[in-house]
Amino acid sequence: MREVRLMKGNEAIAEAAIRCGVDGYFGYPITPQSEVMETLMDLKPWETTGMEVLQAESEVASINMLYGGAGCGKKVMTSSSSPGISLMQEGLSYLAGAELPCVVVNVVRGGPGLGTIQPSQSDYFQSVRGGGHGDYNTIVLAPSSVQEMSDFVELAFDLAFKYRNPAIILSDGMIGQMMEKVEMKPFKKRWTNEEIEKYCPWATTGKKKDRERNIITSVELDSQVFESFNHKLVAKYRKMEEEEVRFESFQCEDADYIIVAYGSSARICQKSIDILRSKGIKAGLLRPITLFPFPKAELNSIADRVKGMLSVEMSTGQMVEDVRLAVEGKVKVEHFGRVGGMVHSPEEVVEALEQKIIGG
Amino acid sequence: MSIDINEIKKAENLVYKKSSVLTDKVMHYCPGCSHGAVNRIMAEVIEELDLQEETIGVTPVGCSVLLYNYIDIDWQEAAHGRAPALATAIKRLRPDKYVVTYQGDGDLAAIGTAETIHACNRGENIIMIFINNGIYGMTGGQMAPTTLEGMKSSTSPFGRDVARDGNPLNMTQIVASLPGTSYVTRQSVHTAAAARKMKRSLKKAFENQKNNKGTSFIEVVSTCSSGWKMTPAQSNKWMVENMFPSYPLGDLKDE
Amino acid sequence: MAKNRGAIEVDIATCKGCYLCVEACPFDVIDLADEVNAKGYNYAYMKNPEKCTGCANCAMVCPDSCITVYKMTIKS
Repeated sequence: MREVRLMKGNEAIAEAAIRCGVDGYFGYPITPQSEVMETLMDLKPWETTGMEVLQAESEVASINMLYGGAGCGKKVMTSSSSPGISLMQEGLSYLAGAELPCVVVNVVRGGPGLGTIQPSQSDYFQSVRGGGHGDYNTIVLAPSSVQEMSDFVELAFDLAFKYRNPAIILSDGMIGQMMEKVEMKPFKKRWTNEEIEKYCPWATTGKKKDRERNIITSVELDSQVFESFNHKLVAKYRKMEEEEVRFESFQCEDADYIIVAYGSSARICQKSIDILRSKGIKAGLLRPITLFPFPKAELNSIADRVKGMLSVEMSTGQMVEDVRLAVEGKVKVEHFGRVGGMVHSPEEVVEALEQKIIGG
Repeated sequence: MSIDINEIKKAENLVYKKSSVLTDKVMHYCPGCSHGAVNRIMAEVIEELDLQEETIGVTPVGCSVLLYNYIDIDWQEAAHGRAPALATAIKRLRPDKYVVTYQGDGDLAAIGTAETIHACNRGENIIMIFINNGIYGMTGGQMAPTTLEGMKSSTSPFGRDVARDGNPLNMTQIVASLPGTSYVTRQSVHTAAAARKMKRSLKKAFENQKNNKGTSFIEVVSTCSSGWKMTPAQSNKWMVENMFPSYPLGDLKDE
Repeated sequence: MAKNRGAIEVDIATCKGCYLCVEACPFDVIDLADEVNAKGYNYAYMKNPEKCTGCANCAMVCPDSCITVYKMTIKS
């Protein structure tokens, strides 16, 4: 029987974590995502699935707890919002360097600095360009509904373990706080320690006599070896680009103009498309679901048959750069978006497309 | 009475040999470095308690970053100062394993102060080994949080000036005051007797972890010949005369 | 009267000549050799082997685990 519930995006994350067999959540409160840990603490999963939930002393500690747990082959996650995610960047670099799977949820708020607790999409660069030091990428999933907040937790873990790489769910304050109905997934058992030894032979599970010791590390002082390792990482990211691109297109088939938008902005832009269509303007929406890997090929192919694209994001223009890189100069690409916690209206998007692309 | 040396060097007369839990890798530490002796003691304790399969270690950033090359157990290498955070998760997710962190003074008492204090305050059921030699060894001898007043380093070339640089931090005293720690001790490895005592302390710490007693914290007052610019023997003497008065050996807490 | 006689074996290749074993020896058994090993260290050796009692103090302070200790009791 289907189990459908009305819940907040942040609550959906917490419920999904328990249901998909997460072993540990380590976090630190920050608006607008504190409901994730509050929900977990309320549900006491340590009494049911055995999932560990700990309020850490900081985001720095949280992300390093993920490192420790992930190093043991456990499914571990944290959630935070922009300033907290900034604090985690060193840890994410280490996780990527040590090739550890984990899931980090960023319920983005406006920055820079302490900024605002209102929604924003201004952490795009930080998420898709690695974010910390060194050459690395994280898998980035962008939910645009509470249902996807729920569904993407398991997907993020699947991808994280498939590639031994951190995965980020890049949400924002709007989706985190809004309530929608969610079809809940059935409970899945957590991996046993024996299963972990089978699926994660690299994990620190205690050195058995029949194997070499496992070392989780990101340090390598031999430059030749480390150059090869960097190339190995890049090969992994290229494989993600080949195999894991996910997007949704909405009336793109006959479109003259394309709006590219993700997350909550994409929801608004759907309405903009309706308005544009009602005015006789053939517009379509391309919604990247994976921001890394980015749907480059799809955008490049669409660029052959459209007159222009508008990247609509709650930032001063970040994803627009990836759209431009993807279309290789074939069509005009402009940016529109409100910032600082302001959210654009469907009408503002229509006006921007008309002015910057159609009339521009 | 004369006896041929080869008569003595027989298997049945063996009283001490390198631990089987130590690898064959030559340690990268400088000659006389305390790290080597502490690493050796760790390996011996793990071997004697038969915990090679049961122990997960966490190495820091600092001279002992490559400790995982020497002790043949599973290891995780942490970001600077974060070993207690890693250990917290490892122990909570694998309570069936023994978890040991190993950190220097810069790692544990400067950049990782928050992680240290909170892990100890939560009473994480782990062992924390704290190598205090009052200097940043790996980066070339800079001032550490535990550098003594007047002690020279490359960033306090005229000696630590408390008015300018602040006071030496007595981290062990701080963690002893926290309710989560059950065993807090300060040891050294400069003499055979001290090394044997250190070994007993570490065994006790493992025993505490087995009995879920919370955090066991072992400071090892150590030398850094290269950083201090002395011979290893001079360093030991200097440590006894200068470090021990500020960081006196013995148990601070044993509950 | 029984007497303890000991002997040590130093792994010359890994010894770094730190001198700590020399200092730790209660019976002046050990010294550093004039010769150096492949890494250029004057390694430890038994200068006065007949004085060794096999107390293993040298091994306890050795940071490089390069000393093996033997001990036998001789009844006179």
